[in-house]
Amino acid sequence: MSCCAPGAELDLHNAGPSADEVRLASRSAGDDLRRSDLSVPDMHCGACLHKIETALGRLDGVSEARANLSARRVSVLWRGEEPPPMMAALDKIGYAAHLFDADDDRADPVLSNLLRALAVAGFAASNIMLLSVSVWSGAEAATRDLFHWISALIALPALAYSGQVFFRSAFRALRHGQTNMDVPISIGVLLAFGMSLFETIQHGDHAYFDAAVSLLFFLLIGRTLDHVMRERARQAVNGLARLSTRGAMVLKADGTQTYLSVDEIEPGMTILLAAGERVPVDGRVLKGRSELDRSLVSGESAPQPASEGTELQAGILNLTGPLTIAATASAKNSFLAEMIAMMEAAESGRSSYRRIADRAARLYAPVVHTTAFLTFVGWMIASGDAHRAITIAIAVLIITCPCALGLAVPMVHVVAARRLFELGIMIRDGGALERLATIDTVIFDKTGTLTSGRPQLTVNADADGAALAAAIASHSRHPYSQALAALGIVSTPIAFDEVTEHPGDGLEARSGRTIYRMGRPDWAATDSADATVVLSKDGKSIAAFDLADRLRAGASEAVAELKAAGLQLNILSGDSTARVDAIASRLGLAGTAAARPADKVSAIEALKQAGHSVLMVGDGLNDAPALRAADVSMAPSSAADIGRNAADLVFLRESLAAVPQAIAVARRAARLVRQNFVLAIAYNLVAIPLGILGEVTPLVAAVAMSASSIIVVANALRLGRSGHNVREPAHPDAREFAVEAAE
Amino acid sequence: MIDFFFLIPIAIGLGLIGLASFMWTLKNGQYDDLEGAAARILFEGEAGPLPEKRYQGPAQADAKADAQASRPA
Repeated sequence: MSCCAPGAELDLHNAGPSADEVRLASRSAGDDLRRSDLSVPDMHCGACLHKIETALGRLDGVSEARANLSARRVSVLWRGEEPPPMMAALDKIGYAAHLFDADDDRADPVLSNLLRALAVAGFAASNIMLLSVSVWSGAEAATRDLFHWISALIALPALAYSGQVFFRSAFRALRHGQTNMDVPISIGVLLAFGMSLFETIQHGDHAYFDAAVSLLFFLLIGRTLDHVMRERARQAVNGLARLSTRGAMVLKADGTQTYLSVDEIEPGMTILLAAGERVPVDGRVLKGRSELDRSLVSGESAPQPASEGTELQAGILNLTGPLTIAATASAKNSFLAEMIAMMEAAESGRSSYRRIADRAARLYAPVVHTTAFLTFVGWMIASGDAHRAITIAIAVLIITCPCALGLAVPMVHVVAARRLFELGIMIRDGGALERLATIDTVIFDKTGTLTSGRPQLTVNADADGAALAAAIASHSRHPYSQALAALGIVSTPIAFDEVTEHPGDGLEARSGRTIYRMGRPDWAATDSADATVVLSKDGKSIAAFDLADRLRAGASEAVAELKAAGLQLNILSGDSTARVDAIASRLGLAGTAAARPADKVSAIEALKQAGHSVLMVGDGLNDAPALRAADVSMAPSSAADIGRNAADLVFLRESLAAVPQAIAVARRAARLVRQNFVLAIAYNLVAIPLGILGEVTPLVAAVAMSASSIIVVANALRLGRSGHNVREPAHPDAREFAVEAAE
Repeated sequence: MIDFFFLIPIAIGLGLIGLASFMWTLKNGQYDDLEGAAARILFEGEAGPLPEKRYQGPAQADAKADAQASRPA
């Protein structure tokens, strides 16, 4: 290998959506306005926001462009037949944009509900606390009764409104004969309120309204944060470029062309597929020659020729020439649908996992409820006073109410998700984090995961040969040629008398009497060399080019780190044995080649049967079932849509270092969750005896509950603080500012 | 005791006002883009921290466009 210039990789994914696709994805916004949502992941600061809004607002037909910096999204209102060239305008000022489906976005009702519930609980808790403080300080009987009544009046609507979050979930669990953390929470809150109301009516001196409502408040904080982080991850993943097509240009029998959405395409229709478009449904080539990128569908990284009669699966990218295709299946019977069916089948093997909080709740609820009941029985026997026995038993329930326990897990998960977010890793839910901490085997897909998905041409030639090759290559749109031309080694322009392209073979260039041929080795040269592409002069090879998979950034380091962490690593790819072995030997891993989607699933099932806990890292459509079958899964942001949706974690940065980083964070989080459980149990070991002895006044309950919650939260925050040296890469604008400031 | 009849309603009333205004801001979309709103304060121009009322009629939209066009750059 004489040189390995950067920029010589095949750029296969540069096609933006067509105007038809933009139009299909937009929504009507009243009058003659239409609304398109774009996701702009590179929007980082106020200056970006301003630049984007100004650039879009200047376009003809745009009536309003509004950017949302938190969601990294722009919504554009436009009018007219043709959508304005929004993507091009953004591309010109340096921002990559993707179409975003407006329908699956819009305000998140769950979050609004949680925030409203939180606000009501916060209002009630603070006001009741204010009243309670004066009761604790020894208000006289009449004042105390008045304050208890006012507290009851505030607490009742607050419980009815904010408590629903927990009551509903508890009720659902009980109806299915299960328990979760919400069951003891609901019982504790409701009993505390009921007893306090009874005490108030009876002019008693202890009411626990403050405990009941502040418990709700604390738990709702945990619940809301949990939801916000998950929602943020979901939005970030949704904002990625959509790789499957929305529709295709269909040629009707009368010769007219219409753009139909994928669902409307039926078998037998004729589809015109331009270069740079993805195959919408399974089909067969009727006319045209082109090169296909199957990397997302089968894992093969090298472009493959297509000609009349070639069978196509939905999701294949057409690279070089226009193709006319006959659809052979509708969208719901296409390759994609087949993968989805396999994913559902694989999913069923995974449902057995129970989250650690639910496992704790299963132990916790019976223990607490038994203790409360025994306390009641004990006091009945000891004193014979039913009212006193019930009061003390309920006080036990209140003080053991899993406030700390309810925060112990979500707080750690929220902080961990935040850490991962900073590292460019999105996590779907806390359960995935728990499973990630326990894995002992990592399985990688090759194409697009271990490799960058863009094969690189390596050059075996002297400078003249390379320059000649680049000059010839600039006459062709073939991906190999474009990669060669992109080498940019042309020093002096070389002119040829004639350049002809022989589809499937290569290029032939004539200069005077000399004939250069560049292409398939057995076509170009008589002394055929062992290479992907050969350049020959009058039949003698003078330069050779190899197509090699390029490792994804950080792949070797990540693999070494994972090995050092004691994990078993494996490659499971759909590509040819030679290519898989090349990568496997470079990384020092074992590899299985030519694995079909079903083979991948069964390999993972076999590992799970053998007692391993498996992390699958993959990106293609063909990996999607395996991603579901594994205990936990990761996908790069360049993955196929269903792959991204199937994965538990999606990493947005290029580097594969995300995998060991995510595992490290997950393991630290698991350790903190265990610590938090120990803290919560220690708290209960102190609190329960106090409760049983009848020493728990509302003041003690309030102090103990708040203190334990704060300790647990503070412990969870340790995860966010340590190792804070990993920062986001500097934003280009920030550097400009720095330069300006330095001058 | 008579003080309570003024003070407690006042205290709770203030709390309720706070709660109601929070609910209003939530409904009004003021938390949709916290980072963006923080940046927008630095821009010149007419765009406020909140999106202008969507789905405006064509007449209004054109009037706005005219106003923008006639403004010196």
